[in-house]
Amino acid sequence: MTSPNKPRSFQEVILRLQNYWAAQGCAVLQPYDMEVGAGTFHPATTLRALGERPWAAAYVQPSRRPTDGRYGENPNRLQHYYQYQVIIKPSPANLQDLYLGSLKAIGLDPMVHDVRFVEDDWESPTLGAWGLGWEVWCDGMEVSQFTYFQQVGGHDCRPVSGELTYGLERLAMYVLGVEHVMDMPFNDPDSPIRLTYADIFRQTEREYSRWNFDQADTDMLFQHFKDAEDECARILAAPETDSAGRRIPMAHPAYDQCIKASHIFNLLDARGVISVTERQAYIGRVRALAKACADLFLTTDAAQLEAPAA
Amino acid sequence: MPDLLIELFSEEIPARMQARARADLQRLVTDGLVEAGLTYTSAGAFSTPRRLALTVEGLSANSPTTREERKGPRTDAPDAALDGFLRSTGLTRDQLEARDDKKGQVWFATITKPGRPAADIVADVLERTIRDFPWPKSMRWGAGSLRWVRPLHSIICLLSDESGSTVVPLTVEGITSGNTTRGHRFMAPDAFTVTGFDDYVAKLRRARVMLDSDERAAAIRQEADSLAFARGWDIVPDDGLLAEVAGLVEWPVPLMGVIEDRFLDLPPEVLQTSMKEHQKFFSARNPKTGRIEGFVTVANIVTPDDGATILAGNQRVLAARLSDAAFFYDNDLREARAGMENWAEGLKSVTFHNELGSQAARVRRIAHIARETAIAVGADVEHAVLAANLAKLDLRSAMVGEFPELQGVMGKYYVGEAGKQQNADEASIEAISKAAREHYAPLGPSDEVPTAPVSVAVALADKIDILSSFWAIDEKPTGSKDPFALRRAALGVIRLLLNNDIKLQLNSLLVGRLLWALSNFGNAKSNREGIDNARKAYAQALGVDEDQLMAEELVTQFQTGEIVMPSASMTLDSNTLHAILDRPKTSGQDLLSDAESIASDLLAFLHDRLKVYLRDQGIRHDIIDAVLAQPGNDDLVLVANRATALNDMLKTDDGKNLTQGIKRASNILTQAEAKDGVEYRFGADPKFAETDEERALFTALDTAEPAIKDAMAKEDFPAAMTAIAALRGPIDAFFEAVQVNTDNQIVRRNRLNLLSRIREAGRQIADFGKIEG
Repeated sequence: MTSPNKPRSFQEVILRLQNYWAAQGCAVLQPYDMEVGAGTFHPATTLRALGERPWAAAYVQPSRRPTDGRYGENPNRLQHYYQYQVIIKPSPANLQDLYLGSLKAIGLDPMVHDVRFVEDDWESPTLGAWGLGWEVWCDGMEVSQFTYFQQVGGHDCRPVSGELTYGLERLAMYVLGVEHVMDMPFNDPDSPIRLTYADIFRQTEREYSRWNFDQADTDMLFQHFKDAEDECARILAAPETDSAGRRIPMAHPAYDQCIKASHIFNLLDARGVISVTERQAYIGRVRALAKACADLFLTTDAAQLEAPAA
Repeated sequence: MPDLLIELFSEEIPARMQARARADLQRLVTDGLVEAGLTYTSAGAFSTPRRLALTVEGLSANSPTTREERKGPRTDAPDAALDGFLRSTGLTRDQLEARDDKKGQVWFATITKPGRPAADIVADVLERTIRDFPWPKSMRWGAGSLRWVRPLHSIICLLSDESGSTVVPLTVEGITSGNTTRGHRFMAPDAFTVTGFDDYVAKLRRARVMLDSDERAAAIRQEADSLAFARGWDIVPDDGLLAEVAGLVEWPVPLMGVIEDRFLDLPPEVLQTSMKEHQKFFSARNPKTGRIEGFVTVANIVTPDDGATILAGNQRVLAARLSDAAFFYDNDLREARAGMENWAEGLKSVTFHNELGSQAARVRRIAHIARETAIAVGADVEHAVLAANLAKLDLRSAMVGEFPELQGVMGKYYVGEAGKQQNADEASIEAISKAAREHYAPLGPSDEVPTAPVSVAVALADKIDILSSFWAIDEKPTGSKDPFALRRAALGVIRLLLNNDIKLQLNSLLVGRLLWALSNFGNAKSNREGIDNARKAYAQALGVDEDQLMAEELVTQFQTGEIVMPSASMTLDSNTLHAILDRPKTSGQDLLSDAESIASDLLAFLHDRLKVYLRDQGIRHDIIDAVLAQPGNDDLVLVANRATALNDMLKTDDGKNLTQGIKRASNILTQAEAKDGVEYRFGADPKFAETDEERALFTALDTAEPAIKDAMAKEDFPAAMTAIAALRGPIDAFFEAVQVNTDNQIVRRNRLNLLSRIREAGRQIADFGKIEG
């Protein structure tokens, strides 16, 4: 299965994706600097999917799912992993072809593999968002999520954004032929200092698994959830004009608090202190924040078709 | 006669939606064409993951010209009226015709609508079809506002006849119809043109697309079978999976793989479910070992390495999945051997329903009911109670967490393992673990009904709990809404009872359950006194000693979940007492009458479902009504047997005429009784008989009455029917020869009393008044 076209390391898979999507005209962004559960939470997706202004961005997003922690022992599960996210608005007619091009770019030739688009509708109850699309299978393995956003924050998406999400570890393991994520070469195996995924993440997976499951201070987390919720509401309720009379609605700072609340909820969930009935209530509270942020974002310049003259 | 070809080419259509979409496309287009006045010879619809296609053959070239005549104003009417008429018909004055009418001359207009060419109609109909297509879920894409299941890329709309083919022009949201399509996404991606349906099918095949999903399914089945055959294996048939997989590929290429040895000890259901749900693999069974040892995956492409890379990839994914499953299974077995106490504990924190408490509370109720159902079924009571307590523990197992559809299946394995660990005897293990597996059954109308006594007892208890609990909190099915599948549960009770011939007096069981439920659930309404009264009433209903009930009832009185098994020696903690003392006030008597009225409502619901069920078995609804009007109708087996026997009898001539005779006797009696103000019941005496026919009827009744009574007592309904059917001749002869209402009052009374014996004989069997005809 080795061929000159195959990437040799995890980072090469990422670099090739970055180059490919840059070549397609996407703005290659950097990860959002907050703890999130998925690349979709990045405001470059959640907020920018709203409104009429065209948009095209690609980025790596470190993602945290506290309940998926396995102390670094499970070959496929991690509480911290990377997603590659592409978002293009309006979704171009050849988005499927562009996507298949990205698979070729990382060495998955669709003439040798079995690439399939299998129905999988996407919904994020915490973001009040949903879309239709597929999970993309390569030889029976899910390698990406492909979604046409229909609603975000309770608002219809017009125009519709096309969103691609690659689970980078799983995809790279397949491309590189690695059975356990920890064995995956992170940099080139011929580098002077050869680093595997384990060299970088085994220790942190162990530490965070323990903290997520056993140690996180739940009283404090409950308080932080409340704080984030309150702060979000306060920002949203602030007058739109500042003391100098400039209209500056603060959708992004408010949305940061929503992200925070969402992640704290995930931590509480991992600690097993949220009951089944409470779960729905918490999700509803985060969704209410997300919706209010979306409402506000739509009133800002960034959501308008034309950028205002400076 | 042109032929029509339509193709709607899109991104991948979900497999599960394709069959409906084919039918909808054909229906909407052909209905639209016919409505517009066109006719056609035949039509067929097809789908692949990327296209919906329709062929309509022998279409008329035009719709017919139509003429409509309209009557206008009188010729001497004011000009304004005439102008209005001209406007509405679109004609001019000289095109009208003046005709004589009753009140003078009147203008008549003849409006001729010329036929439209098929192409115009097709364009209209197709555009409307695309815009209004009833996808279960549809979406927008890009900057457009058209909705389709996934982005729509191109439209073929082509009319063809001997002289060639023509594109029917239409444009839907920027997509213009044409005569081009594309082949397989990877193997033949280039566009090509087609001239008609046959050309379309042939060129698609060359471009590695099999248009017909049935053909794809057949190809998959055949190739999978032959791959399996080569190894001496069988493919486990799965039509649902076959249809789904046929909807996921345009060019099916089945590939066979082998399951690694280390996974072969997993239960076959686990292998099958994991492969099917996650990977859409078919399972291959080795008949020599009886195990699932291989799989078939269906690729959508022919590759230079004959699918080696694809198979290796699939094998890898499967290994990862099965490693997870094996890990779950090993952990679960360890918990099973340890007695499953963690799972029992865990069920307490799983909410079954807000008002009905946890799964643990539900299990406790089922175990309680199983004690009663086990007696009716003739199952070992201790086994049934134990099985009820264990049957749902697998809900907490890792495997069922991963594959919820394996609930019960895993229960069988885990309960079996727990039993072995405790050195229980094999027969008990078998009965109890089987009940864990079967107690959810029957799930659907065609699902198999358990027959093993312990399974039946627990399955009944499970359903009776659901029904009585939801009835107690007034959550009943309405219209099409039945979120808790209560109709299914009711049908389950019916089939369990009927298939296993179980006599169960439902009424007292349901009253008991509802008394319990009313004094326990969310809106419960009793204080200490109420509880005491309720307990008295409950004890009465069950026919047991009240003191005996004390311990057990107090345990089940509250829902804290600490105490699982009733025990006479238990002591109550203060919280428990408090929970009981704090109940709001009501009297036990109110509780009992509430329970009785809800139970009778629930029984009526069961009767409704029984009617539907028996009607499907070919038993007339009026016959069921006639039987349900009889006492003892809470024994569903009795009802069904009576109805069946009566139904059979009424198919015969004797039966039909007998019904007439009994009804006639009843009617005469009803009239006479209304007139005379007395009820005729006793005292018919043969010595007042004036005719042979009267005497013969006396004799026949003397024979029939004890025979009917005897047969009914033995519940030998066919014998009862034979006995009453023997009355047909004598009754007919009697009505033929005898005038009941004579002037001689003694004779008249005697005859009426004689008729009352007929009525009474009928009442033994059913309420004949409810039988139609």
